[in-house]
Amino acid sequence: MTNQQQATTQQQILAPAAMSRPFSPAMLWHLLPWVIALIFFFVGDGYHSLGTNILVMILFALSLDLALGYAGIITLGHAAFFGAGAYAAGIFAIHFNADPVLGLLAATAIAGLLGLLTGMLILHTRGETLLMLTLAIAAIFYEIANHARWLTGGDDGLSGIRVTPVFGLFRFDLWGKTAFLYALSVLFIWFIIAALVVRSPFGRSLDGIRQNTKRMRAIGTPVWWRLVAMYSLSAAMAGSAGALTAQSTRLVGLSTLELLTSGIVAVMLVLGGERRLYGAFIGAAIYVVVQDFAGSISPFIWMFVIGFLLIIIVLFFEGGLMGIIDSVVAKLKGKADASGQTGKRT
Amino acid sequence: MQALTILLDGISYGMVLFIISVGLTVTMGLMRVVNLAHGAFAMIGGYIATVLVLQAGVPFLLSALIAAVVAGALGGLAELTVYRPLYRKGELPQVLLTIGLCFVVIAGLTLFVGATPLPAIVPASLDRMVDIGFRSYPAYRLFLIVVGAVLAFIVWLIVERSLFGARLRAAVDDPQMARAVGMNVNRMFTVTFIGGCALAGFGGAIGAGVLPLEPFYALRYLVYFLIVVAVGGMGSFRGSLVAALAIGIVDTAGRYIVPQFGGFLLYVLVFGLLLWRPNGLLPPKSVA
Amino acid sequence: MNVAADNILTVRGLCKNFGALAVTQQVDLDLARGARIGLIGPNGAGKTTLVNLLTGMLSSDAGTIVIDGHHIEKAKPETRVRHGLVRTHQINTLLMETSVRDNVAIAVAERQNYAWRMLRYGPQWRACLDEAQHYLEEMRIGHAGDRRVSELPYGEQRLLEIAIGLSLKPRILLLDEPGAGIPSTEAHIIHEALESLPPDIAILLIEHDMDLVFKFAREIVVLVLGRVLTRDVPANISSNAEVRSVYLGRSVV
Repeated sequence: MTNQQQATTQQQILAPAAMSRPFSPAMLWHLLPWVIALIFFFVGDGYHSLGTNILVMILFALSLDLALGYAGIITLGHAAFFGAGAYAAGIFAIHFNADPVLGLLAATAIAGLLGLLTGMLILHTRGETLLMLTLAIAAIFYEIANHARWLTGGDDGLSGIRVTPVFGLFRFDLWGKTAFLYALSVLFIWFIIAALVVRSPFGRSLDGIRQNTKRMRAIGTPVWWRLVAMYSLSAAMAGSAGALTAQSTRLVGLSTLELLTSGIVAVMLVLGGERRLYGAFIGAAIYVVVQDFAGSISPFIWMFVIGFLLIIIVLFFEGGLMGIIDSVVAKLKGKADASGQTGKRT
Repeated sequence: MQALTILLDGISYGMVLFIISVGLTVTMGLMRVVNLAHGAFAMIGGYIATVLVLQAGVPFLLSALIAAVVAGALGGLAELTVYRPLYRKGELPQVLLTIGLCFVVIAGLTLFVGATPLPAIVPASLDRMVDIGFRSYPAYRLFLIVVGAVLAFIVWLIVERSLFGARLRAAVDDPQMARAVGMNVNRMFTVTFIGGCALAGFGGAIGAGVLPLEPFYALRYLVYFLIVVAVGGMGSFRGSLVAALAIGIVDTAGRYIVPQFGGFLLYVLVFGLLLWRPNGLLPPKSVA
Repeated sequence: MNVAADNILTVRGLCKNFGALAVTQQVDLDLARGARIGLIGPNGAGKTTLVNLLTGMLSSDAGTIVIDGHHIEKAKPETRVRHGLVRTHQINTLLMETSVRDNVAIAVAERQNYAWRMLRYGPQWRACLDEAQHYLEEMRIGHAGDRRVSELPYGEQRLLEIAIGLSLKPRILLLDEPGAGIPSTEAHIIHEALESLPPDIAILLIEHDMDLVFKFAREIVVLVLGRVLTRDVPANISSNAEVRSVYLGRSVV
């Protein structure tokens, strides 16, 4: 393989966002998800709330990709921030202000702050201990929401959430069309941020921490602060996703904080492929759509399929669906050696 | 008096946690695999025993033993097929594959048995109160304490007094050394895994009166099993007993005394403890 | 031991015990600007422990470490790096999935305080890449910048390790066995690389390859059982009877 081909491979490995690089037709691929979403907006009558749910889960999975995929923070408690954002947005709308954008910002800030505080406590640890601590945090949040009935509605859930028109202009309609565009805009903003961050010196240093903490210490990286920063950012993003679900469904339930929710978002991410940004898109979209379809037959058939799929992916297809797509594309292009993209990435 | 009741309730609950979790602590300590599917084997055991008792009229203890055998066999099968490739992978693949396994088991059991909670199978001989001097107390709970104590003693004999146990402890303390001196670590993994899953299956069966069987059992109680492992110290047999009893008592006391907090107290204590001692109360030498 | 006027690193009375085992005992060490010191000693003499104490990967039980008037014995590893105390690693700790140039550029970004930049960074990052390329060329691996580290031959990985160290603009560079694992036929590559290092950096070379140490070092410190046995010019070290008997029991050169 020549150096030039290596360089191309390298660019494909490093996040897809196109910036300050000469234009090439391949970059048009980056428009694909957004074009699909817009087409869906016009033709998807009757399915807009499903579509919104997909967008929310994409955002949630993307947030997990920052923490777990890029920074290597092993967590099974990310629902804590999703749920915190959802409850924060709901409570904000009920008690303070029903403006959706204000509510979204408040929820994002609160989730980010919670990420900062808990991250500062737990990110000294690694491996199984860290995993347990993230589980414990989510469990604590769950118990709080479950027992602070006066604030959260307990296991009845939080209802009565009002939402005024976005910017005072766009009313949330019955069919969820406004909610869809609103969620799409929020996702787009966060996607741009995520794409910038993972290619930034900051993002690269976290990729370094994931690969080798010792090395990063030796070059003077304040590892703990860096991890805390990325964790907070990821928590804020998860909080935004939670806020979107609260505002679009007008309901927040305890299930937003459940272990199962943390597990499912990890499943979506790995299904699509972690550390690829678009992996979250593919994983979340396929998961939600097939779940909606298979779940209407029997939720347990769906669990069986997804469980089986997970086992197969872990054992045989590291890199998820995006990994498979990448290697197929690489083969089609005749760049024989795709191993760089499908190889072990743990 | 209430304190004693709480203590007994806590201990019987803790014993169930111990029976189910002790296998998990040994396998996680020995194989260094994040195993989120352990609850699934307890669930398999519980479901099998319940079906045997209710549909075939098999006696309670016998069906629990059959459940243990089946759970152990399935555990061995799983170890040989899906767990073995996992040892060389990172934590994320381990987490995901074992969640996947959990899903498959949940779905499989509910497809066969149905998606509703199962009734607790407590035989008539245990479903009564006995006088324990100062008050009457459920016989079933006393039975759990006795069985838990007996099993703890047997596991202690195996781990601390047998040649296999000595090898096992050596392998937990220093896996590389164990391989270097020519131990068949792979076979040890399989045997331990079978044992752990059999115990889990047994615990799931006899403990159904404390941890009710329902479709999401494998995930719902997973956190408790993991807490036992993390608090006790991964790979520590004594630690898992101490941790299981402590968790049983703390959780029970919390729900009695401050019911408005629910499980909150337990999680906060666990959180604090893990920050204070990241490797648990009684970690084995390799991580101490 | 006389303290030179332009001493950059001063270590006094450094101690470390692992339980009852004293692995570092009352170590004094002075490095002047531009020093070329070799640190040798038999296995278990505590060379790597000393490096870990100096860089802060281990905390010392007693003693002081002073860089340019700053006490750093209590500082975190990353703070010490910012004071100009940089090490390379004996075993590979490179970012294997990342490109060679990015490995260096990440270090440059850290030194330049660009590493917190998340959203606006284009020109800064390009500057880091350019600077990284400069250090790669200095280590004669400029051709390999776009390759993944895992594809690089072992010898070139060692050079990359040194390039990263250099990119942090160290005042003191601790080289922990840069020649480890390199076939003797390629040892000259490392030697040439070491000779081309900027003359004003103080260098402490820890190395098993005596050939390399005696060619490179202008002074040699001999560490035995956690103590400094002697410090002298190479010619005197090789003829020092005490060193011969304690260290190897045979001629060192």
